Amino acid sequence: MSFSDSFFAVRFGISRRDLENYLSEALSRGGDYADLYFEYLATSSISIDESIVKSATQGVSLGVGVRVISGERTGYAYSDDLSPEKIRHAAQVAALIASGPAKVETASLQEGRKRNLYPVLTAPSETAFKERVELAQRADRAARAYDSRVFQVQVTYADNLRQVMVATSDGVLNFDRQPLARMSVLALAKDTDGVPQQGHAGGGGRYELDWFQTERTPEYFAKEAARQAIMQLGAAEVPAGEQIVVLGPGWPGVLLHEAVGHGLEADFNRKGVSAFSGRIGQQVASPLCTIIDDGTIGGRRGSLNVDDEGNQTQRNVLIENGILRGYLQDKLSSRILGTAPTGSGRRESYEHIPMPRMTNTFMLAGESDPADIIKSVPRGLYCANFAGGQVDITSGNFVFSASESYLIEDGKLTRPVKNATLIGNGPEAMKHVSMVGNDLKLDEGIGVCGKEGQSVPVGVGIPTVRIDRMTVGGTA
Amino acid sequence: MQLSELQEIAQSVIRQARDAGATDAECTMQDGAEFSANVRMGELETLKEAGSRGAGLRVLIGRRMGSSYTSDLTPDGIRQMVRSAIDLAAVTTEDPNAALPEPEELGSLRTDLRLFSEDVAGLPTELKIDAAKRAEAAALAFDPRITNSEGGSFDSNIGGRVFANSRGFAGAYRSTYCSISAVPVATQGESMERDYWFTIARDYAGLEDAALVGRMAAERTVRRLGAVKVETQKVPVIFEPRVARTLLGNLFEAVEGRAIYRQASFLAGKLGEKIADERITLIDDGTLPGLFGSQPFDDEGVPTRRTMVIERGVLKNYLLNTYTARKLGMKTTGNASRGITGNAGIGYGNFFLEAGQKSAEEILRGVKNGFYVTELIGSGVNTVTGDYSRGAVGIWVRDGELAFPVSEVTIASTLQEMLNGVAEIGNDLEFRGSVSAPTIMIGEMTVAGR
Repeated sequence: MSFSDSFFAVRFGISRRDLENYLSEALSRGGDYADLYFEYLATSSISIDESIVKSATQGVSLGVGVRVISGERTGYAYSDDLSPEKIRHAAQVAALIASGPAKVETASLQEGRKRNLYPVLTAPSETAFKERVELAQRADRAARAYDSRVFQVQVTYADNLRQVMVATSDGVLNFDRQPLARMSVLALAKDTDGVPQQGHAGGGGRYELDWFQTERTPEYFAKEAARQAIMQLGAAEVPAGEQIVVLGPGWPGVLLHEAVGHGLEADFNRKGVSAFSGRIGQQVASPLCTIIDDGTIGGRRGSLNVDDEGNQTQRNVLIENGILRGYLQDKLSSRILGTAPTGSGRRESYEHIPMPRMTNTFMLAGESDPADIIKSVPRGLYCANFAGGQVDITSGNFVFSASESYLIEDGKLTRPVKNATLIGNGPEAMKHVSMVGNDLKLDEGIGVCGKEGQSVPVGVGIPTVRIDRMTVGGTA
Repeated sequence: MQLSELQEIAQSVIRQARDAGATDAECTMQDGAEFSANVRMGELETLKEAGSRGAGLRVLIGRRMGSSYTSDLTPDGIRQMVRSAIDLAAVTTEDPNAALPEPEELGSLRTDLRLFSEDVAGLPTELKIDAAKRAEAAALAFDPRITNSEGGSFDSNIGGRVFANSRGFAGAYRSTYCSISAVPVATQGESMERDYWFTIARDYAGLEDAALVGRMAAERTVRRLGAVKVETQKVPVIFEPRVARTLLGNLFEAVEGRAIYRQASFLAGKLGEKIADERITLIDDGTLPGLFGSQPFDDEGVPTRRTMVIERGVLKNYLLNTYTARKLGMKTTGNASRGITGNAGIGYGNFFLEAGQKSAEEILRGVKNGFYVTELIGSGVNTVTGDYSRGAVGIWVRDGELAFPVSEVTIASTLQEMLNGVAEIGNDLEFRGSVSAPTIMIGEMTVAGR
């Protein structure tokens, strides 16, 4: 597709000349660089609870963000009105970050290279609403049918279709159509007179709605949520203190996101406030660890054709055999540090300034048989699933909360245990990785990453991994 | 845009929805202007200034509900929003409890809540940038170990809110806030730490001095340096006010009506029972002038009020909106809360724990061996079961004195045991946001470390 056929050109009559004029306006006070980010976001969501559709919502938000960079300074303004006078006004406000005569000319806009990581003909949000309600209803029925002890089920289905266009003063013009859908199921179970327990499962990606019929059905997520809730009914207490921890494959990759990923975002490192600052070339993890952030995996929740600054996403090696290789860059950081962009500039919406962010972050598979990894542990904790995590990038301390875990005794999984919080220090924890499984798995497509008030969809993945020392919070 | 213009649009939305077949409808509108300036190492780093608006609609066709929203307030955008909500109501299921508040429940407080101040709109940009600079400079000058900074900031916001429904309610109010914050970074050998402090007020005159904010942030950062991990043990845990607030956040999740009717709370079915130590009195009050959780009516058009949630250890009330009240056979407590999208959920007004008698110093003086928590991370609180397990940072207490900094540990217990095990409540209650708590000491929790 060429620019003249693109969404914003057709629907709002925006021309190449208009874009160049807005950029010139943004640079009129002497800024070094300017960009425009147009966004049109259509969302739908359905929430089922007690087998009733409790909420069904659809809506649209649209706007444009104008950014001007002058040295290390950023000016930002946005408008939710795409009329020329409003966009020009936003450009004038953003321009105020610089003071002086214009010194940079806007390069003529060239369309970026095209590729499509999510060739979705009909986005889920373009299908009949009823079809999506029925998918959610199927999940509700399946979770209830799983076990009579399941007494509450909540199903949430949400999708969106984001149309974006980025134009920059250095001549980049890119546009993208980004579909995304997700289903999640929360089940509550209890024994007669017992304490209720909950289980949660979900997934999705940048696919056609059909993905929920063929790849991951509502029944699949429903059974998984119900299974976890039932499993928790018999969970024992977790002993507190330092232990050997084995992470199962898939979503436990959230460890990498917290322990490593955030600390490698270039904004923190440019400012020298990350525990990983100044450590490129150093050993920061066991030699068994190679950690990648890859925004180019087809259909994945964290993938993008272009980032929110108009750069193509790519596969970035963060840590190679334990050695720190590189940071995740956005435009501002790569300008200041004089490094190549990594396609990691992302933002929540047109109202937000882009920042370096992760896409899909995972560890490459190793050589160990997962069964041998469990067999190798005399006493420890096996974590099959996590709820989420958080990191203090400056001290490097991170936590993540288990949502399904088991005691390992004499090399065997013996009993399910309650959900504990695990805590470690980023550059240290990964040095204790002593075995890496051959079973790399990516998560089901449910991750949301929050940073400085901005949420973006992400993915994680990991093979089965043994960590020799990690503090487990215990539950009592 | 003037509030009166938004009110006209809201009335037109209601009319259009009724004409399209809605038996009931409600429309929420928001208008906001935000400003933020960040300064780092003495230099202006980012300046952001913009405004946006949006509208949200909920319709009922009998007992079927649909909702929609838009940021496009042109006549076309509005028509599309109305169409969208009506279409959705046609494909959803009947919900016997879906309803707007009864006409006699609707209304707005008449007192001046002092939510809006003209001075926030008129502040010169230079003055705002200067406040951010002064906060950061004071932090950098506080101690030679403050070697770096994530910056100083000034943020302000001017918001307008309009709500109207088909049962005759129409209301609008404006609000403002501004804040100054600082995030210094300290180093000592291999140890690097950051912390923050802030001041927030409805008007500029209500802000604390920027330099004081910087010094507070620096003091908090420096005292974290050289933190160690302690042995795993059971000790008294003291939550400073900034982290005690998060306990209230956990309790809110356990007393809001949705968790209650779903039996997804450890406090479901416990109304009238003693669930906490007598020292605990927990109140929600949306009517306190000038505070951040106050508003004249909730997001369904019901006047806000003061609700006793826990009184001297006894669970007195849940916090409800119309839907959850109907589900539980109760009355709404005026706690409906929503943004532009979706349906009304439940929110708090000013949600706070009543202060006790002792100062934080007096409480600490009575602790022989304990953990004073100054920051919590992670989400390890399960309000269904009450299980509590979070990452913690703080200072170890020895013989009544703050002895040495501690990090990379977790604290664990259950909310049930924590509520019953409250040993002290401080006298240092301050309203620095919608949720406020004084210092809280819990008799015993598991600290997991080495």
